[in-house]
Amino acid sequence: MTGDPLFDEMFGTDGVTRAAYAEFADWFGSEDPSRLRAKAREAEEAFRVTGITFNVYGDPDAGERLIPFDIIPRIIAAREWAKLSKGIEQRVRALNAFLHDIYHRQEIVRAGILPVEMIARNDAFLPEMIGVDPAGDIYTHIVGIDLVRTGPDQFYVLEDNARTPSGVSYMLENRETMLHTFPELFSRNRVQRVSRYPQSLHRSLSACAPKACDGTPTVAVLTPGIHNSAYYEHSFLADQMGAELVEGHDLRVVDGRVAMRTTRGYKPIDVIYRRVDDDYLDPLTFNRDSMLGVPGIFDVYRAGGITIANAPGTGVSDDKAIYSYMPEIVRFYTGEKAKLENVPTYRCSEPDALAYVLDNLSDLVVKEVHGSGGYGMLIGPTATKKDIAAFRKKLEAKPGNYIAQPTLSLSTVPIFAKKGLAPRHVDLRPFVLVSPNGIEITPGGLTRVALKKGSLVVNSSQGGGTKDTWVLEED
Amino acid sequence: MLGKTAGGIYWMFRYLERIENIARLVETGQRIALTQAEGADGEWTSILTTAGVRTAYEAQNEEVTGDAVIDFLLRSEDNPSSVMCCAANARTNARTVRTGLTREVWEAVNECWMTLRDLLARRVTTRDLPHVLTTIRTRSAFVRGSLHGTMLRNDIYDFARIGTFIERADATARLLDVKYFVLLPSISGVGSRLDNTQWEIILRAVSAEGPFRLVHGNQRGASAIAEFLILDGRMPRSLAFCYKKIGDNLDYLHRDYGIRLPSHDHSDAICHRLQQLSIQDVFEEGLHQFLQDFMGRNAALGQQIEQDYRFIK
Repeated sequence: MTGDPLFDEMFGTDGVTRAAYAEFADWFGSEDPSRLRAKAREAEEAFRVTGITFNVYGDPDAGERLIPFDIIPRIIAAREWAKLSKGIEQRVRALNAFLHDIYHRQEIVRAGILPVEMIARNDAFLPEMIGVDPAGDIYTHIVGIDLVRTGPDQFYVLEDNARTPSGVSYMLENRETMLHTFPELFSRNRVQRVSRYPQSLHRSLSACAPKACDGTPTVAVLTPGIHNSAYYEHSFLADQMGAELVEGHDLRVVDGRVAMRTTRGYKPIDVIYRRVDDDYLDPLTFNRDSMLGVPGIFDVYRAGGITIANAPGTGVSDDKAIYSYMPEIVRFYTGEKAKLENVPTYRCSEPDALAYVLDNLSDLVVKEVHGSGGYGMLIGPTATKKDIAAFRKKLEAKPGNYIAQPTLSLSTVPIFAKKGLAPRHVDLRPFVLVSPNGIEITPGGLTRVALKKGSLVVNSSQGGGTKDTWVLEED
Repeated sequence: MLGKTAGGIYWMFRYLERIENIARLVETGQRIALTQAEGADGEWTSILTTAGVRTAYEAQNEEVTGDAVIDFLLRSEDNPSSVMCCAANARTNARTVRTGLTREVWEAVNECWMTLRDLLARRVTTRDLPHVLTTIRTRSAFVRGSLHGTMLRNDIYDFARIGTFIERADATARLLDVKYFVLLPSISGVGSRLDNTQWEIILRAVSAEGPFRLVHGNQRGASAIAEFLILDGRMPRSLAFCYKKIGDNLDYLHRDYGIRLPSHDHSDAICHRLQQLSIQDVFEEGLHQFLQDFMGRNAALGQQIEQDYRFIK
């Protein structure tokens, strides 16, 4: 895969502007760069005032930081999106079916498709969830599927986020900022709306109310608190949905229901959109030292007194070792070939694969099975000999902790750099909502962009930025 | 609404009110220092007492100087009532209760904090002081303006107002108590130079010179000033005014929730007393005793509200 010419989503491989970008390129060419620069500063100021920040873990001095925003949109044609969304829908359906199966009869293991140790030795597998039937049989209500692109028609799934995918507030605020800063662009281009997401989320969560709910479901967002890196997003979503934003100490179990302390006494909650990890959810069932959760919530959940979204234990479906089985998982539950491709993945737990990986470290990306945020990984082609030697030791000590993938030549989208347009690598996280009424995918998603030239790391904790993502209406 | 949200809103507005009160005190102190040859240092001490931070100041500083006091009141991290700490606390509370605020109110309080953080990043020079103090007041006014202009008149709004007026009543009572000796009719020789200065301090510190002149002309009697700031229901920083507002907002909550709670009785009792008393009664009771008693009841009401509306577990 290396060696191919880099695919730029605006200029292709041959420098000719691609159709989806035609209107934009026309506008951009007629703009005065100094006005654009002033506008870009204005956009950044808008983010500062709105307070869209994230906190960096382990860096107390950093406090809250802004994620850099780039004003050049990433544009996807209607036809491309239609194809992508079919693949995403299929994958999300399979993820939910897989989770149901894992916590019930484990047919996929019985059929010999998934080795039993993939479940049994998986820290994210929660034995407490065995036999539990979540409302509407939905486990992962809110999903983020990370995609990368290498050519005009070549997309790969890089990662499934079935626990608590974050970033949707950036998708929404990026669009608001673009509408505010460059209104004229939206009269020249017909861009599909994203602004309905909070209402869709509320509707989708309400549709999963537990059997104990009578009347209109009460929805709340559970946050670990204002020091959490995604706190802005938690408060943003609660605000936009018109739901309460609660912390563990606002809640307790009253008469078999989880209830929140209001100015008029305790009031039951029907659906809780939790942004707290499984481990911290219930000190009585999981981590005993957790101050963030609600003692007894899991018993209420099991008895149908509350819906927890996403369900506890969904993490078993999205770690990087399970990822490597996704093509088989999709086929097993949908009876179809996966419409979206996986990046070829070597499971270092398997001796042959490990041998290959050890021989080819300088060409591969090696990741921790449970890692996230771009930490703890080796990017072979850019690593020093010393890095590779150090990583080799870690890999040999615990091969089961790692998977390896070839380095893809990720597509680029231009950013507005000091000297004008400059190509930078991007990925895409579309957001998916699942309810008994169906699967809803917001057109677009969050585009993350590596701001450093040549860098493949798009994570915001490591200096990545974001872009507004447009899906054009059909012609 | 969540008890935590009610508490967050209440404290957010107490801190915003405190910012303004501190800015006024600094302004008053600075004016005295610039216009009076003597006695300015003593005035800074009484300003520290009025702000309720004298002990904290003395723990950090050997002597009382204008520069050190100004820095302590505006910027010190060791002073939980400094403008910078209050602005940060107001914003932290606003973040906690973000879902209870309109976007305008949130942005106003966030900008207030960002502006003050930059402005107060280093020591404020005498030359910059007027600009800094004006900015503090304007930023705080923006928050109040967006509260009035955009927030629904519901329980959230009631808690915002109650927090504002509990804080304000405390500040006015404290100011009067620190100066009670110059307001005693028996001691003050009417028209003496010292008294004129002291009265000016009192009126300036509550932005009341203009309003006072409108009501009382140029006659500055001690009891007229005391009456104006304690009992005059038209004066927005008087104790009577604050309690009229607290009573109104507690009444709205009573009607809205359909429950009468201990805090309602508590507030009614204070309101009633302020309506019944004349300034002569106050002086007969003893101004100092009256103010001490008032501050105690005011603080107790704050705690009762906290309990009645479940701010904390």
